[in-house]
Amino acid sequence: MQVSRLLKSNVRIIVVNEKRFMLEIEGLAVEREERLLFSGLSVKLPAGEGLHIVGKNGAGKTTLLRTLCGLTSPAAGAIKWNEQNTTDFREEFCSDLLYLGHKNANKTELNCRENLRLALGVQSVSDKEIGDALHEAGLGMLSHLPTRFLSQGQQRRLSLARLLLTDAALWVLDEPYVALDYKAIEWLDSILEHHLNNKGLLVLTSHQALTMTATIRVLNLGEQYA
Amino acid sequence: MHKMLWKLFSRDMTLFMHRKQDVVTVLGFFLIAVALFPLGISSDPELLKTIAPGAIWIAALFSTVLALDRLFSEDLDDGTLEQQMLMPVPLALLLLVRLIAHWVITGLPLVLLAPLMGLQFGLAFNEIMILTLSLLIGTPVLVLLGAIGAALTVGLKSSGGLVTLLLLPLYVPLLILGTSSVSSAMNGVDVTAHFSLMGAALLVSLVLSPFAVATALKITLD
Repeated sequence: MQVSRLLKSNVRIIVVNEKRFMLEIEGLAVEREERLLFSGLSVKLPAGEGLHIVGKNGAGKTTLLRTLCGLTSPAAGAIKWNEQNTTDFREEFCSDLLYLGHKNANKTELNCRENLRLALGVQSVSDKEIGDALHEAGLGMLSHLPTRFLSQGQQRRLSLARLLLTDAALWVLDEPYVALDYKAIEWLDSILEHHLNNKGLLVLTSHQALTMTATIRVLNLGEQYA
Repeated sequence: MHKMLWKLFSRDMTLFMHRKQDVVTVLGFFLIAVALFPLGISSDPELLKTIAPGAIWIAALFSTVLALDRLFSEDLDDGTLEQQMLMPVPLALLLLVRLIAHWVITGLPLVLLAPLMGLQFGLAFNEIMILTLSLLIGTPVLVLLGAIGAALTVGLKSSGGLVTLLLLPLYVPLLILGTSSVSSAMNGVDVTAHFSLMGAALLVSLVLSPFAVATALKITLD
């Protein structure tokens, strides 16, 4: 399995790992405030494939993503990453995982560079890579500004810029298209497609139809109980 | 691993550097609270000497509670707390690092200011030493215990009052030990027992508090 960073100016292979990644959801049931959102959900997602979760408001899309990451504990069932239970191997799972929630997770008092560096957590990246990623995200001119001066869409681009630099194989994105203009949507599509072509895994929610050529399965959360 | 923890530590430091006003608020509160005691009570030097340990300790205690409010709430609001929960580092260890950083920023300055406060109340040199040492051991415990309360109430709208109520029973023994160590020193009584007990409290809370905070945060974010 290869994961290459996406920077056009700096394409290089970061991880060369023969292991095939695999995400499995086994008989998952999730409750929210005593209300059963869904149960008996089983999905096998091999490397190189995406899972597009759709469903009406309140169907449990975000809760499913949070459960996948381990932020919410399920009522029943298990999540397995490379055939290991993610709750037992939390650190291993987390080092392969990148989660982007509704909130952009940017500190408003820090500038774009500082935020991107913080967001990448324990991963080491050079200043040049950070600068290139920001440039590609369309924030090159704004990189020195505290992020409170950025618009919603620009803040979203900033949090998406970490996709260009991350080593994670599994991307879990909650409504990544929100607040993006059409150009940024194309940009994000190309990033996601590149990730899947590189045998990465992708789980995302979105209300808009995806137009990528890579394999993306659709999971309709409302169906069971409609 | 060390590198990861160092990054976390420097993250908190960077954030504090951008939010100096928070630190200034806490320190200002401490200074003003202590300075108001003589004005409010009496200018009798003997009386002031007697109340000095209590006044300084109580001010330090409330400054710590004041600072705790910011420990997790902003990170929860902007989503960075979630990201931290997903870092490939044991959660308790991550939180321990963050709590140490928090103490360095908000607790250590109180300790460093304590000698000055002691002088203001006319304490003798050895009493000032004891006071500073008791705060050096005591304030980390205040932060470690307080973080449990902060983590339990982080999602709530007005958590300040609740945190104080939750923490008061835990803080009282420490307050008694801290102030009585200085009073004992004034009366020429041996203070080893006080410091042994406070040291024990520090060690226990260093080991147990991060786990309690981690569990509390998991429940909050669930």
